[in-house]
Amino acid sequence: MSSPLGPLPLWADVALIPLLNVAAAFVISGLVVLAIGENPIEAVQLLVGGALGDLEGIGFTLYYATSFIFTGLAVALCFHAGLFNIGVEGQAYVAGLGAALVGLYLPLPGYTQVIVAIVAAALFGAAFAAIPGYLQAKRDSHIVITTIMFNYIASALMGYLLVNTLRSPTQMNPETLPFPPGGTLPQFHELLKPFGIIWPITPLNLAFFLALLAAVFVWLLIWRTRLGYEIRAVGVNPTAAVYGGISPARITIISTLLSGALAGGLAVNVILGEEHRLVLEFTAGFGFVGIAVALMGRAHPIGIVLAAILFGVLYQGGAELAFDKPKISRDMIVVIQGLVVLFAGALEHMFRRPVATLLARRITQPPI
Amino acid sequence: MESFDSFVVILGSGIRLGVPLILACFAGLWSERSGVVDIGLEGKMLTGAFAAATAATFTGSAWIGLLAGIAATVMVSLIHGYASIDQRANQIVSGTAINLVADGMTALIGNAIWSQGGRTPQLPDEALFHSITLPFVDQVDAIPILGSIYRNLISGHDILTYFAFALAPLTYWALYSTRFGLRLRAVGENPAAVDTAGISVRGLRYSAVLICGVLVGLSGVYLSIAQAAYFQPHMSAGKGFIALAALVFAKWRPWPALATCLLFGFLDALAIRMQGAVIPGIGAVPVQAIVALPYVLTVVLLAGFIGKAIPPKASGVPYVKER
Repeated sequence: MSSPLGPLPLWADVALIPLLNVAAAFVISGLVVLAIGENPIEAVQLLVGGALGDLEGIGFTLYYATSFIFTGLAVALCFHAGLFNIGVEGQAYVAGLGAALVGLYLPLPGYTQVIVAIVAAALFGAAFAAIPGYLQAKRDSHIVITTIMFNYIASALMGYLLVNTLRSPTQMNPETLPFPPGGTLPQFHELLKPFGIIWPITPLNLAFFLALLAAVFVWLLIWRTRLGYEIRAVGVNPTAAVYGGISPARITIISTLLSGALAGGLAVNVILGEEHRLVLEFTAGFGFVGIAVALMGRAHPIGIVLAAILFGVLYQGGAELAFDKPKISRDMIVVIQGLVVLFAGALEHMFRRPVATLLARRITQPPI
Repeated sequence: MESFDSFVVILGSGIRLGVPLILACFAGLWSERSGVVDIGLEGKMLTGAFAAATAATFTGSAWIGLLAGIAATVMVSLIHGYASIDQRANQIVSGTAINLVADGMTALIGNAIWSQGGRTPQLPDEALFHSITLPFVDQVDAIPILGSIYRNLISGHDILTYFAFALAPLTYWALYSTRFGLRLRAVGENPAAVDTAGISVRGLRYSAVLICGVLVGLSGVYLSIAQAAYFQPHMSAGKGFIALAALVFAKWRPWPALATCLLFGFLDALAIRMQGAVIPGIGAVPVQAIVALPYVLTVVLLAGFIGKAIPPKASGVPYVKER
């Protein structure tokens, strides 16, 4: 499908249109804040202050951003293959099970335990994504519907396991015992202490670097490898890809597997990096934030890291904001997230025509 | 006899839990039959529930609540329609956006108005839809079996429930026997052919989206001012997605849609009833297994192991008119 008007200049396509889309989401969010009787400018000041005002805020912001980088990459990788993986939430939830099983039942010397736990999280995430992936590839079952269903199946499964089998007998809450020290990822305040740097106690942990590595990995994979080329080819036109000797079914399965493994990063950050035990509903909707992050970052790792940090700011700052202004509850962040998906995703071409018309007029005007 | 009565009671509560599913499922059916995929049912349901409870709180009238609920969901539906039909957007993305915005916005505004964590105050009696007792309940009661069925299953529901049940024959008739319905289904299968015949694809799809808005609005209205007497954040609790599952399970057909929604509602009632129950020989039934059953069944069906669920051919595909 061709775009309605001629191609835009690169800078407009890569920067101007996405910025306009996101700006529209934020302007509407501002109007919502105004409508509930608060000052949007003051709200932004509180939000940014809470998220970036001190090291503690920055630590929390980057901790949230870590989760969002993983889920954003997971969604984006499937986007490139022309697939919509709504199941990142469920895949990350089940990935937590993999991490916890290693943490609880597989004692290994030193930090090998946490490394194995990370691998287990990725494998469990991938395995849970594999079923919808296989069904899409081989049985033509729409991955959107199956992954939605799998989110609920994951929730029921994990709920059952945590309440009935994994829960520690000493605990009332549905959660496991804490993992041994070697089974967790060190946090920044522990890491920086030997160097004499005092970092406030925040949940920011080594998973942050893993997330950045994952971003580099996805970039290399998508744009620098043969497999990445095949993924993009299937995403653009599966019928044509067949003529290039590419099997769309194979690519579909590989993409969903990798996507599920990336979703496991959310469990690594939250379970191995912060909670140090498996808890109920730890994914907290962050899998869905990945959709907004991937759309806002235009499925490019650099864009995803930036969008993830922005959403980290929103989550951390939003918590502070809700504390100071009880009327602007944390639900505001979900509204912003939804508006970003609406304007950067569903209505992404809305500003295209006006911008193209405007640019065309400017270019065709004769110089005076 | 007593076990029969308690079975009828579970069936009755299954019907009550099935009604929001039926209304939302038929909303999705109308939309998807025209080629507009709607995974935003969940969000629209919440929007309708919130608008209905809010209007009913301020006016004290259930009917004004109903109108407000419908108006709100129709507006949201039109946004989805604009994105899907005019902007040729990815309809899954648009539906996801609607789910997120509705989830956040209803809780946010509810909290801003009443400061009760998003919950509305308990609604007074006159602001709710009440069950209607059909005539002759007491007389029929004397008859064994039939009396219990008439009292607990057929009589004693509110007007929205009876409307939900009427939807199956109405939709069946409209989709399969009227000119509008035939065209609407054609537009979901082969829009180019409909366009060639000089009929507006855009017009048909917008009318389907409008009908979807009205019906899913009613499901929200039912949640907040018929089933419950308040709105609370996230109160739709995945019902929109179960309705979507039911739609797939029913292969986008009206009568099976009604039956599937009732089955899923019944499973829900059973899960509540089975909480902590022990079946001799099997042991305690994990409630989560019953809760997950609709989703598992839908996946199995989608996988083509029990029949094949084939969606309308053009669903999710924006129509581009040839120039």
